[in-house]
Amino acid sequence: MLNRINPPTFHPIESVNIISPESLKLSNGSNLFMFNAGDQELVRIQWVFENADFQANTPNINSALSAMLLEGTSKYSSAQIAEKVDFYGAYLFPEYNYDQTTLNLVTLTKYLDNLLPIALEILNDAIFPQQELDTYKRNSKQSLKIALEKNDYLARRQFNNTLFGNSNYGYIQKESDFDQLNRADLITLFKRQIIPANCTIFVSGKISNETINYISNTIDNNWRKTAEVPSLSMPVFNAVPAQKVVMERERGVQSAIRIGQLSIQRSHPDFPALQVLNTTLGGYFGSRLMMNIREDKGYTYGIGSGLGSLKHTAFFTISSEVGTEVCANTLKEIEFEINRLRTEEISEEELTLVKNYLLGSMLGSLEDVFSHTDKFKQAYFSGLTLDYFDYYTQQVTDITPEALLNLATEYLDFNKMIQVVVGKI
Amino acid sequence: MVKYNRFILKNGLRVLVHEDPSTPMAVMNILYDVGARDEDEDQTGFAHLFEHLMFGGSVNIPQYDKPLQLVGGENNAFTSNDITNYYITLPVVNLETAFWLESDRMLSLAFSERSLEVQRNVVCEEFKQRYLNQPYGDVWLKLRPLAYKKHPYRWATIGKELSHIENAKIEDVKAFFKKHYNPQNAILVVAGNVKTDEIKKLAEHWFETIPQGIKYERDLPAEPKQSEERREVIHSDVPANSIYIAFHMASRTQREYYIADLISDLLSQGQSSRLYRRLLKEQEIFSDIHAYITGSIDAGLFIIEGKPLPGVSIETAEAAIWDELEKMKSEFVLDYELEKVKNKMESTMVFSEMSILNKAMNLSYFELLGDAEGINKETEKYLAVSVEDIRNTSNEIFKKDNSSTLIYLAPDHA
Repeated sequence: MLNRINPPTFHPIESVNIISPESLKLSNGSNLFMFNAGDQELVRIQWVFENADFQANTPNINSALSAMLLEGTSKYSSAQIAEKVDFYGAYLFPEYNYDQTTLNLVTLTKYLDNLLPIALEILNDAIFPQQELDTYKRNSKQSLKIALEKNDYLARRQFNNTLFGNSNYGYIQKESDFDQLNRADLITLFKRQIIPANCTIFVSGKISNETINYISNTIDNNWRKTAEVPSLSMPVFNAVPAQKVVMERERGVQSAIRIGQLSIQRSHPDFPALQVLNTTLGGYFGSRLMMNIREDKGYTYGIGSGLGSLKHTAFFTISSEVGTEVCANTLKEIEFEINRLRTEEISEEELTLVKNYLLGSMLGSLEDVFSHTDKFKQAYFSGLTLDYFDYYTQQVTDITPEALLNLATEYLDFNKMIQVVVGKI
Repeated sequence: MVKYNRFILKNGLRVLVHEDPSTPMAVMNILYDVGARDEDEDQTGFAHLFEHLMFGGSVNIPQYDKPLQLVGGENNAFTSNDITNYYITLPVVNLETAFWLESDRMLSLAFSERSLEVQRNVVCEEFKQRYLNQPYGDVWLKLRPLAYKKHPYRWATIGKELSHIENAKIEDVKAFFKKHYNPQNAILVVAGNVKTDEIKKLAEHWFETIPQGIKYERDLPAEPKQSEERREVIHSDVPANSIYIAFHMASRTQREYYIADLISDLLSQGQSSRLYRRLLKEQEIFSDIHAYITGSIDAGLFIIEGKPLPGVSIETAEAAIWDELEKMKSEFVLDYELEKVKNKMESTMVFSEMSILNKAMNLSYFELLGDAEGINKETEKYLAVSVEDIRNTSNEIFKKDNSSTLIYLAPDHA
């Protein structure tokens, strides 16, 4: 007789194995890591640059540098670059975050020798043509105007600004900032930042020895050392006083909420354990915030919490969009759930659930060779090695209810948090 | 190339297995052959609401998510106008838990009043978050009924209005389950580090005793051929003007579907595409412009949407789009251009094979379309398209009396 009541036997999750990369130091000064795995004949190359400082309060230029990178070189116009990349069915795209700018090339291996030279041409000689810059300014202003109508966007940037001030992390972009952008500044920043000495390269895919030799030689021979590592600032962030910022918006049927405080970075020994705490509170579908505010009360489509580990600081945040009429109640329930973590020990049952979920999700996040590289990068840019993931697994496995309660007391304090509400309360 | 094995259980459940030993994970994907197109017009949004209720406990298992998370698994689902698709990713060592959970909810739900009450609220908040509280969020609520007059594609998956969701009753939920959620209307795919004979045993063990139910016979009204140009102008508190043009096109399995898909790529795939190059970069008319197809199973829509820059009139913007469409109708695209979009299609197929979840979902979908092997025939269907096909199909699609144009005018519009 089929037993549908009891679950099948559970098999604990074995340790997580992340592919160890081989590494090379190129003579142009850049470091190259390669990850060889997978069945598909494709390759991804990423050039990662630390963002260099420009002038105070001009983070706009860092994102513009990234967005404008493919818009032309002395040899190729923006249109010609786009044409080549599209013709070979490849993806060549810059990515920007607060700390780094990355150029990504993803292509079928058979077309690599058509595309790598273009990528290097761009890294050597992007010229930021005036006409393309004008297009960028125009379109960015329009996108910003549209974003400013979204409560969620407004809440996020207000929260960041309150927590991080006018640093790169917290700066509030204005339409007029785009008018200040000019070619000369972009070229200066490009020459300072987009250089081998400031670059780490990650190659992933099914790569033969021949391919890897081709890649490293081509990069080394065609992308020469031009300057030393740029000076990178080391801003310090201090906790700001607890406050509630409400941006009233008349129209609208939902309010966007952001609540949080400064937290610890990935390199901190408590980080994995704090991740367990964060997951319990709002890091997965079965989290306390989801169970209480969505699945019990139906106030929202979704609510979550997260730990953001940045280069110079870290933060904890809760975010949601809720019906305006239940916004005040939602804030109360969030406070209740945070306080519960600080006063009541979590049951063994719930803790096991969170641990198993986290380990399974770690295993599941390593689906393809690209994701192995991404995991490695997380550790690497936090100054850690792959041992970190063994430490992580061990910490997650070993954490006790008592230790979690202590962590909550230390790192999650509603009375010290910043609350941002955009909409109505 | 995606290899798979296929068998059918005695109750009609179709099962496909894709063996991929490179991963420690497995995916279980279950596609139910029901979507918003199967709803009653007075009860729209129901297929999607029902998807939420599938997580509210089944007949023998009070909670769905918890036991899955306990074995390191994750799940989600989506509803479209055509299908409802549920998927689980979990460590392969715990795959049987997925069989246990999915077979029980195919057998029967718990039909909890409490779950219905909460999920009605959750879905209403989803409706507000995605469709009401965003600039242009309501575009599909407006554009669908403009383009479709008879076919149930005239409403969006979320439903026509909040009241349809608010009024859902538990009897409706039960009837819906009975009608659509049975083995004959489902396709099960398992992918990952698995062996077909083991999956066969597990499938027989957990699924074969579920009663086969009654096969749902779909009988939807066909959309009559459009014969007049349609247009709606919305004066709304949006930050910028916006234009959407929808054209009727082929259904998913017709040859013209592939042609239309490539036409949308020629117009809008990548920064070298025609609309991006000419209308955004060269003529400086739009800040944003895209062409895409809805990709639905029954005859779908070809959409062009764009946001003109400040200072550009809607009339100028619309004329510029039509100018490009006329070129597609009167001139052959270059062989080179066609080769380019075919190359992109080919590499996209290879990239999509990196993920077992993608492969599992695609296998289910092609099985639903009539033949799972379709997954391996897509590329050749695209490669067979000629420049003549592109021009002929452009002439079929891009006609004023086949168009529905929706325009948002911002308050400061001069």
